[in-house]
Amino acid sequence: MDVNGNPKINRSKRKFLVAATTAVGGVAAAGVAVPMVLSMMPSARAKAAGAPVEVDISKIEPGMLLTVEWRGKPVWIVNRTKEMLALLNNHDSQLSDPKSETPQQPAYCKNPTRSIKPEYLVAVGICTHLGCSPSEKLQAGSGGGMVADWPGGFFCPCHGSRFDLSARVFTGSPAPINLQIPPYQYLSATQLLIGEDAKGA
Amino acid sequence: MSAMQKLMTWVDDRFPLTSSYKAHLSEYYAPKNFNFWYFFGSLALLVLVLQIVTGIFLTMNYKPDANLAFASVEYIMRDVDWGWLIRYMHSTGASMFFVVVYLHMFRGLMYGSYRKPRELIWIFGVLIYLALMAEAFMGYLLPWGQMSFWGAQVIINLFAAVPFIGDDLSLWIRGDYVIGDATLNRFFAFHVIAVPLVLLMLVVVHLVALHEVGSNNPDGIEIKKYKDPVTHFPLDGIPFHPYYTVKDIVGVVVFLMLFTAILFFTPEMGGWFLEKDNFVPADAFKTPEHIAPLWYFTPFYAILRAVPPMFGSQFPGVVAMGLSIVVMFFLPWLDRSPVKSIRYRGPIYKWMLAMFVVAFIGLGYLGTQPSTPVATWIARVFSIMYFAFFLLMPWYTAIDKTKPVPERVTG
Repeated sequence: MDVNGNPKINRSKRKFLVAATTAVGGVAAAGVAVPMVLSMMPSARAKAAGAPVEVDISKIEPGMLLTVEWRGKPVWIVNRTKEMLALLNNHDSQLSDPKSETPQQPAYCKNPTRSIKPEYLVAVGICTHLGCSPSEKLQAGSGGGMVADWPGGFFCPCHGSRFDLSARVFTGSPAPINLQIPPYQYLSATQLLIGEDAKGA
Repeated sequence: MSAMQKLMTWVDDRFPLTSSYKAHLSEYYAPKNFNFWYFFGSLALLVLVLQIVTGIFLTMNYKPDANLAFASVEYIMRDVDWGWLIRYMHSTGASMFFVVVYLHMFRGLMYGSYRKPRELIWIFGVLIYLALMAEAFMGYLLPWGQMSFWGAQVIINLFAAVPFIGDDLSLWIRGDYVIGDATLNRFFAFHVIAVPLVLLMLVVVHLVALHEVGSNNPDGIEIKKYKDPVTHFPLDGIPFHPYYTVKDIVGVVVFLMLFTAILFFTPEMGGWFLEKDNFVPADAFKTPEHIAPLWYFTPFYAILRAVPPMFGSQFPGVVAMGLSIVVMFFLPWLDRSPVKSIRYRGPIYKWMLAMFVVAFIGLGYLGTQPSTPVATWIARVFSIMYFAFFLLMPWYTAIDKTKPVPERVTG
C-alpha cells in the first residue's frame, strides 16, 4: 500500500505483461497473415496449367518458326537451316554472353547453338529486359528492316533489344542477358516435351 | 430554445458536431493570402470523391475475369445507360487526379510547405502519391487491353529484377507464371478495396496534420505569430468557411469546365489519357509495337530506361526509379534555406527549381517515346538534373542569398 491507501503498482510486472501481450499478439497477427500472403501464390490449378507440353515438330519447315504456349508464355521452336547455323559463329564479339555463362539454359544447352539438336532452337519468347515478346527477324540481311549484316534473329519492339538465332543478346541492347531456354527433351525424333528435363539429364 | 437548437444540443452532448465544425471549418483560420496555387488541394479531394463514386457504379457492370473483362468494359461503353459517361469520368478523372496532385506538390516546392513544422504533412502527402500510383497502375490493368496487359507485364518484371528473391516475388504478385486471370482478380481487389481504404485514411491524416499546424502560405511565414489579444485568432487568418469554401467553389467551377470539355470532346486526349492499343484485347502472344505507361508515370519510366543494366541485371535501373520517389520523403531535411517561400529565396533555388521542372517534363516526354541512343543520353542528363535538385539541395539552399522575410503576410 502507498500513502493514499492504493495498492502498490508493480511496474516491472506491468512492463513484462505489456511486452508479453504485444509479443503474443504480434505472433498471432503474423501467423494469420501467412495464409493470406501464401494465398497469393499460384494456385494448384495454375501450377497444373504450368505442366509440360508436347509438341510435334515434324511440320516445321527448315527456316521456319513455331510458337507454342507453355505456362502461358510463348515458346519458339525454330528449325534452323545450315546457312543459319553457319552464320551463328561469326558475331561472338558482338554478343554480351556468347558462351552462355549466365544460367539461362539447362546445362545440356550450354553450347554455341544453345540446343540439344543443333537445328532446333527452343527458347522462351519473352525479352529478358522487361518481358515483351520480341518479333521474329529470322532472315539474314536488311530485308526485315534490320542492318545489312544482320545474321537473323529476334528484335524486341519495346526497347530495341536484339537477339541472334541462338537467342543470345547483342551488346548494346537494354536486355541484360540471353533469352531463356526452357527445360525440354526429345520423346522421339519428332516429338518434343517442353517444360521437363530428360531423366538423368 | 428552438427545436433545432435542442436537437443540436442533444447531438453535441453525444458527438462533437459543433466543435468539429468550428475546429475544421468556421473557426479554422487559414492565411488570408492564398493564391491560385491553393486550389489544388480541395480539387484533389473533389477528384477523389468523383473517382470513388464513378468507381462504385463501374463495379456494378465490370467483370474481373480475364475472359470477360474487356467485353464488360465495352458493354459498359455501349449498352449500359450512361455507362460511357461514367467510364469516361473515371478514366478522365484518373489523369486529372495526377494533374491536380502534381500542381499541388509543385505548390509545396515553391512555398516550402514541407518545411518545419509541416514535415509530416509532406510525408503523408508523398504516401498519398505512392498509393495513388499503385491505384492507377492496378486500375489500368482492369480493362484488359493490350496496354493494360503489357504495361503490367513490364512493371511486374521490375520486381523480377530484384536480386535473389525477384523471380518468386514476381510470381507472388502475379499469382501465376504469366499475367492472367489470377493477376486481374487480385488487382481488382486491391484497386476497389485495399488501396482506396489506405488512400482515404492517408487523406484523413494528411488533413489532421494540416489542421494541427495550420496552412502555410505564399509568404512562407507563420500566421500564428500574431494573434488577436482577445479572440486569439491569427490576425492574418480568415475562417476557412465561408471565405475559402467560396473561393474553392470558384476553383471547382473552372476545373469542372476544363474537366467536362475533356470528357465530352476528347476523352481519350489523343492517346494521352487512354492509349489506342488499349482498345485491343490483351494478347499474351503479341507485344504492341511500342509500350509506354500513361503520361503520369513516364518521368519515372524514363529514369528506369536511362540506367543501363549492370552486372547482367536490370536492378540498378529499378533502384534508380525507386529512389527518384523515395528521395521526396527526405525533402524537409534536405532544404537548409532560412526562408521557406520562393518569394524570398535567392536565384540559385529558382534556377534549380526551373531546372527540375524542365527535367521532370523532359523525362515525362521521353518516357512516352521509343528509346533511341540519343533519347537515352538526353534522359540520362535529365535524370542527373532530377536527382541533383534533391541531392545538392543541402548545399545550394545553404549558400543561396535570401531576401528578408516580412513579419506579416503581404498582398
